[in-house]
Amino acid sequence: MDNSKIGHHISEQFNRELEDIRNKVLTMGGLVEQQIELAIEAYTTGNMEMAELVIKQDNQVDTLEMEIDMECTQIIALRQPTAFDLRLLITVIKIIHEIERVGDKAERIAEMAIQLSGSESKLPHHELEHMADLVKDMLHDALDAFARMSVEEVPAITALDENVDREYDNILRQLITRMMEDPRNITRTLDVIWTVRALERIGDHACYICEHLVYMVKGEDVRHLSQSELEKKVGVVK
Amino acid sequence: MTTQQVRSHTINMDSILSGREQSQHPNETCIKVENLNLFYGEKQALHGVSMEMHKRKVTAYIGPSGCGKSTLLRCINRMNDLVDSARIEGKILLEGENIYDKSVNVAALRRRVGMVFQKPNPFPKSIFENVAYGLRIQGVNDKRILEETVEKALRGAALWDEMKDRLNDNALGMSGGQQQRLVIARAIAIEPEVLLLDEPASALDPISTLKIEELINELKEKYTIVIVTHNMQQAARVSDYTAFMYMGELIEIGTTSELFTNPRKKQTEDYITGRYG
Repeated sequence: MDNSKIGHHISEQFNRELEDIRNKVLTMGGLVEQQIELAIEAYTTGNMEMAELVIKQDNQVDTLEMEIDMECTQIIALRQPTAFDLRLLITVIKIIHEIERVGDKAERIAEMAIQLSGSESKLPHHELEHMADLVKDMLHDALDAFARMSVEEVPAITALDENVDREYDNILRQLITRMMEDPRNITRTLDVIWTVRALERIGDHACYICEHLVYMVKGEDVRHLSQSELEKKVGVVK
Repeated sequence: MTTQQVRSHTINMDSILSGREQSQHPNETCIKVENLNLFYGEKQALHGVSMEMHKRKVTAYIGPSGCGKSTLLRCINRMNDLVDSARIEGKILLEGENIYDKSVNVAALRRRVGMVFQKPNPFPKSIFENVAYGLRIQGVNDKRILEETVEKALRGAALWDEMKDRLNDNALGMSGGQQQRLVIARAIAIEPEVLLLDEPASALDPISTLKIEELINELKEKYTIVIVTHNMQQAARVSDYTAFMYMGELIEIGTTSELFTNPRKKQTEDYITGRYG
């Protein structure tokens, strides 16, 4: 981990405050990654205890979000940070919002697992697991890039979102066919769609984390750009 | 919302989006410093400084103590001429004219380039006489002109409402913040083109400081302002451009918003974020 960007303030206390915030963001990210893992497992195995745990963990995530938010506000008020420090805090405030939303999505998948338990219409497991693996990787890499404060991997991470979207479309097509085949499936299949949709959104949030990260490291706003424009701005060729 | 309202709303948004830089005044160069070196005896205090300052904009100099920012400021109205050991190489152009040219009348230059110091230095005279002083030494004695000028300058320095009934009181009886605004009124009474402010608020309380900052914001409608400050937040609040100096060199100059959010040089970043470089 590159501490040089956070450390070296004349005020040691300030170094500690920023380090503390970064560690909390990573803790929060780790919790949410675990939530996704457990939620998918609960969904595929029907383990209800796991699903309950995911729902319970969401409170922890929310509490961390509020704590980090407050600490950032305090630093801005008391230390009037500038340049990288300012960008770091603004970025943290945005990133924890994304992480919190990912937590909500995991919670949603857990709820669906409970709702669909014992039902036949859960499928298609392997495709769903494949998609879950993709978005878990994206989120993990995005958080890892944040921990290293490096944007090198960003284009590779955001490029994966296309695969996720393609996977999402495939699954959606299958589910629509199933609903057309037998209208009695509609209610349950809709629940499956919510689950797949939640996964697809997690991929989006991982991309947003990457975009905020680019602002933090390079001071460039790369939101709302196409993949090729982003690659140009970040200056990394895949 | 009517269509008209929607339209005017849209126009407002456009003007907001077009940004601060394209505000009323286009960027015209007022002061241009060209490869300026300054020596105090053997010691070189400024090393090849080159920069431009724009008309009716506020440029702030920041940097650690002894980095040469006050020295550079004092070069702009040749205050360093008063230091025996000081020697200068290079040029400073005011409206295209080199102020270090032999033909330049220094007194006339200082009428064009007013200066306000860290500690308010009113004369032990009445408030009125303090502001009228510049005109009096220019030989103006017409009471009506003096009264008009004093009122205009005090209004310009946001002091008129507070002081209009106390014009004959001794200026030394004013508070520090009022004295500093009085000194600014004295400087603008002779209608200079440029105002140099050397730590104008460092001896003042926060409220007086805010009043001075507010005043700077109003004064830039008419004057080109250069300010030296140790208070970075102040530089960030009042200036359009910020120059960071270190060990007698200009490290970086840019728009204030850019310099404080995304400086180009590591030395600047280290200084403004409070790191040891």
